[in-house]
Amino acid sequence: MNTQQLRKERIDRGIKVRSDGLYALMSWREMVYLALPRFILIAGMLSLPLLMPGVYWQRVISIVCIYAILALSFDFLAHYVGLVSLGGAFFIGTGGYIAGILNSYFSIPPFLTVPLAAVIGGAICTLLLFPCLPLKGVYFAIVTLMYPLFMARIIEAFDIFGGTDGILGIDSFSSTFVEQYFIVAMLLIFIFAIRRMVTTDMGLIFTAVMDNDQAVKASGISITKYKSLAVFIAASMGCMAGACLTHIYMWTGISMFALDFSILPIAATVIGGSGTLVGPLLGCLILVPVSELLRDFGTLRIVFYATLLVGFILFKSEGLMVFGQRKYEQFERWKGI
Amino acid sequence: MTQPILKMQNVSKMFGGVKALNDVSVDVFPGDVLGIIGPNGSGKTTIVNNITGFIKPTSGKIFFKGKDITGMPPHKIADMGVTRTFQIMRPYFSLPAYKNLVIPLFSPRAKRTGGWRGGGRHGDRATVAVDILEEIGFERDSNIPFKPTSSLPTGYLKRLELARCLSLKPEIIICDEVFSGLSMSEIASMVPLIEKLHEEGITIIMIEHRLRELFQVANRVMVMNFGEKLIEGTSDEVMADAKVKEAYFGSEKIEEVMTYA
Repeated sequence: MNTQQLRKERIDRGIKVRSDGLYALMSWREMVYLALPRFILIAGMLSLPLLMPGVYWQRVISIVCIYAILALSFDFLAHYVGLVSLGGAFFIGTGGYIAGILNSYFSIPPFLTVPLAAVIGGAICTLLLFPCLPLKGVYFAIVTLMYPLFMARIIEAFDIFGGTDGILGIDSFSSTFVEQYFIVAMLLIFIFAIRRMVTTDMGLIFTAVMDNDQAVKASGISITKYKSLAVFIAASMGCMAGACLTHIYMWTGISMFALDFSILPIAATVIGGSGTLVGPLLGCLILVPVSELLRDFGTLRIVFYATLLVGFILFKSEGLMVFGQRKYEQFERWKGI
Repeated sequence: MTQPILKMQNVSKMFGGVKALNDVSVDVFPGDVLGIIGPNGSGKTTIVNNITGFIKPTSGKIFFKGKDITGMPPHKIADMGVTRTFQIMRPYFSLPAYKNLVIPLFSPRAKRTGGWRGGGRHGDRATVAVDILEEIGFERDSNIPFKPTSSLPTGYLKRLELARCLSLKPEIIICDEVFSGLSMSEIASMVPLIEKLHEEGITIIMIEHRLRELFQVANRVMVMNFGEKLIEGTSDEVMADAKVKEAYFGSEKIEEVMTYA
């Protein structure tokens, strides 16, 4: 009878000298090893619109990217600043309405409304969320969930900005090509920028606020300042995604505040790997197309969708990206003990 | 006589119906090492929280260098140079030890003062952080400064608390039980550290239960009981006082307790 127990041994692969973020590269092979995942991400995202058959699936890719930007902003706020935000719909709605208003009332072209929506929307969202910044965890989540509902009802009740009909006749991007590559490029820039930012000293402050806000206060740093800065960054990304969505649909309305925009990014982040910043994109690349494929099943698609989610959470709760990263960076072998 | 650097004037703090501090006044002069002792729940940590802004006093005033700091937010008070350690250590567990100091070194005060010993504006923060850690007893050549904070033993975490204060170039350090939870040898190596800071001209307020070590460094001692200040004076004066014996040591003889302390 074999009673020998086995355990999995993990050994770091590849690079000869590796410390936290510092690499000593010895050969082309190692450089390729490091650059390959980044290259796959960039090349993959850039070629994705070309690979899609037909306008419908190209449009799906744009939607994927919009959700991915939202999920990235959720991942950044939740895992690097410690603010679990359900405000995705709030950001999308605010950005969408600002772009809609600027374009339809002031006839500003899409290429200006999108950055303007990011800045103005980010500022508005930060201002409105400012009183909630001392809240933590589930309390902050609940409050941010209230905001989109609140905004939608206000627009409905006061019948402003087109009321329940929304604002129609908004300009689209000049072409599908521009639309897709603009959104893909923004997504890639955001991913790499945020990844870079969280490793800087300022990024460390965000992590510190999450870890231990009392100690940050005792270090002579205002936590409110850094929390609002983080919310501004996340809200700007979300508002920009909302502005793009408005120009894609050529319409904005109270369904821009729909809770899908709050919930799907979280599901995508869980599937893709929390705290990896690339994982959310991976999650969106799975969830959004699956959701489209299941459209034929009508309301039953929610059942399939939920089953898929439960499966991922049960069997790969660490997230695809974390799993993949481990497989890429480490050898694994069974060893007797 | 010199002006007190820190002045508490009739400070009271109520938690609901509980009087945590009752009319406490104390003057701390530049270069002082003031010990605050007292039984558990006598309001020692409440004093620290009031001074550093983590709690607002119900009544009374606190002055730092003649400026009213009552009710100011903690980060503003820390920015003025009044720093504290926490009794329950509050490091950033997800970061390596030296990165813990990058956070205070990022603060506006550290930018103004140039970090510890003038390095901050010139070197990068991680380098300055390792320098400070070496100052405070992390072996530079070992991997301890680079280890994850969550894997460090209590002794190092207490030092990390002190290091956080030091990286702000403080004028006052308030140590909330830095010796508690440490072994005798660890305490023995901490005492010279406190003495050194004192010699460098930093005013120190120490809350302690380890009386023997406290009396080595403190030039004045204040005794608290039930939120009230019992007495203030040199260690000998305090120990000789009948009220202190009764409150702090019960009916036992003081020499006996001292041998166990």
